Amino acid sequence: MTVDGSTQEPLRILPVGDDPGPTPAETGLEGERLRELYRLMAFVRAADAEATALQRQGELAVYPPLLGQEAAQVGSAFALDPDDWVFPGFRDMGPALVRGIDLAEYLDFDRTIWHGGSYDPVAHRFAPQCVPVASQILHAVGYAIGTKLDRRPSAVLTYFGDGATSEGAFHEGCNFAGVFGAPVVLFCQNNQWAISVPLDHQTHGAIAGKAAAYGFPGVRVDGNDVLAVHRATAEALARARHEGVPTLIEAVTYRLGPHSTADDPTRYRSAEEVARWEARDPIRRYRRWLGAAGVAGEAFFDAVEEAARALAEDLRGKVTASRPHPVEDLFAWVYAEIPESLARQRDEAVRLAAEGAAGAGEGGRRG
Amino acid sequence: MAELTMAGALNAALRDAMRGDARTIVLGEDVGRLGGVFRVTDGLLSEFGGERVIDTPLAEGGIAGVSIGLALAGWHPVAEMQFDAFSYPALDQLISHAAHYRFRTRGRMTVPLVVRIPYGGAIHAAESHSDSPEAYYAHTAGLKVVVPSSPADAYGLLRAAVADPDPVIFLEPKSRYWTRGEVEPGAGAEPIGRATIVRPGQDCTVVAYGAMIARALGAAEAAAKEGISVEVLDLRSLVPLDLEALAASVRRTGHAVVVHEAQMTGGFGAEIVARLVEDAFDYLEAPVARVTGYDTPYPPSSLEDHWLPSADRILAAVERVVAY
Repeated sequence: MTVDGSTQEPLRILPVGDDPGPTPAETGLEGERLRELYRLMAFVRAADAEATALQRQGELAVYPPLLGQEAAQVGSAFALDPDDWVFPGFRDMGPALVRGIDLAEYLDFDRTIWHGGSYDPVAHRFAPQCVPVASQILHAVGYAIGTKLDRRPSAVLTYFGDGATSEGAFHEGCNFAGVFGAPVVLFCQNNQWAISVPLDHQTHGAIAGKAAAYGFPGVRVDGNDVLAVHRATAEALARARHEGVPTLIEAVTYRLGPHSTADDPTRYRSAEEVARWEARDPIRRYRRWLGAAGVAGEAFFDAVEEAARALAEDLRGKVTASRPHPVEDLFAWVYAEIPESLARQRDEAVRLAAEGAAGAGEGGRRG
Repeated sequence: MAELTMAGALNAALRDAMRGDARTIVLGEDVGRLGGVFRVTDGLLSEFGGERVIDTPLAEGGIAGVSIGLALAGWHPVAEMQFDAFSYPALDQLISHAAHYRFRTRGRMTVPLVVRIPYGGAIHAAESHSDSPEAYYAHTAGLKVVVPSSPADAYGLLRAAVADPDPVIFLEPKSRYWTRGEVEPGAGAEPIGRATIVRPGQDCTVVAYGAMIARALGAAEAAAKEGISVEVLDLRSLVPLDLEALAASVRRTGHAVVVHEAQMTGGFGAEIVARLVEDAFDYLEAPVARVTGYDTPYPPSSLEDHWLPSADRILAAVERVVAY
């Protein structure tokens, strides 16, 4: 007997080969919305490339590229209502862009200016970036339960990867979501690799199929098909908002780049495999359809390319201008009110900083 | 004044808090229908209903993480960990998230969460039901750690914990759940971060908290018969720590014995001793002694009387320190 839910055919809207695909009307999205999806994906790709370059030049400490996952990220976030909340992981600049977050403030996390990023999470309904894998799923579920208790018709969406589905927090989150009918969408970007560990070492079963055990729908979607991702997410969000039914979405995609800029993927996967997925590039694929379906023409694509270049340049300027906060900020938000013992430490740190005497690790000034 | 057990005082505190604030909710394993394995949440389900008194699946990490989400959504969750050693699966959520959310978001998102944990030994329990985990939590910047020793403090400190804007680990000394004491009905919150002298004395300060207060008082009584006047300082809150009260008492007595039931190495007693060295060194007439559980796993309860600090062990330490 096989229990391979990965054979479940993923939802697909955009053509893969020569099939013309849907007419624009069949997508259910207006022309401007269809073009906006493209624009956002192109912008994210440009910002992602810029961030990778900034890391190589030492302007970011580290950066986890999302190259290849633009459709999964943009298509899903594009389905959100302004009132919905997002609980991201750490490779989610696409949803951040869709949410209108200043990407330099997003990248302040990777520039080590401030944990989680500098953006206002409440204003954007976008929680701080979260590194402990899968841990944010529980916050999303708890937030969703809170939303339901408040009888607010909004939903919560959380992003995580295939590796996260091995964590206890994922399973506990699914279980709580099912038991309490949390209005939440659990969005898994299955990009096939958790650093160097491939999916078949992560789970012997299927990702979307796990939802069955928790009593709610699991949906497999072509993660490189922005229209399919958008539709699956919109439907899941509607189920969450109006029926209190959670959904686990598995967006089947691929991380074309390294796990992070500190990683060398040639040590664990073949160039052939990467080339196979490059051929399924989500932006090229969507662009082909937009053109063939008459939704956008060369002038549009040229203008987007130009705007993306400007966005990257602006991002570079803002990122490189971002500076560390004063040392006293470290003590300002540990507690609502600073305890005596911490105030003593703050005073010492501030005094040393003022004297220029905080030093630089091993090389003492008086050494 | 009403005479209540500590469990009853905690129950009254939760009930009063929930009556006063419609966004305060209780969640955990068996907290609803059963009223908690120690009955601390008894009767809350019938008064407040299943949306505010929530029996959860059996998953402590999930309880903690979901409680964080609820707190971020504007609720004031009071989560129960059924027993001390069962709280460890929740450490990731409590350390990396509950404790850090205010910091990570520069004050824009906060976690007003209380995690109640029945803790400590001397109840003849099976394995994993008697740990004293306070040092793990006290070590984590961003958490407050509160430990009452009497029904009155249990009531007042829990009211304060529920009203606190920061996450509070509320450790309930389970061996004291059924001891009685006077509690003012409707008494307000007792501020977190203030120690209290539960027995004044001149010769030696015994610093303790939780279930060890009763034993310290027993030792003080015995010492008095030998002519040694012992002051017992109940810290009540480990974070924030009342540095002033701690130093002030020892400056007066010149001697200190620190007592807790957790293991010695890396225990909170080490922090207390270090603070005394920093803040009261010139007043100390003898080295500070620690009386603690031994550096072994919590023992099978047939041996726990040998392991837990007893009044006799505390008395012996007091005598040693005073005679130094």
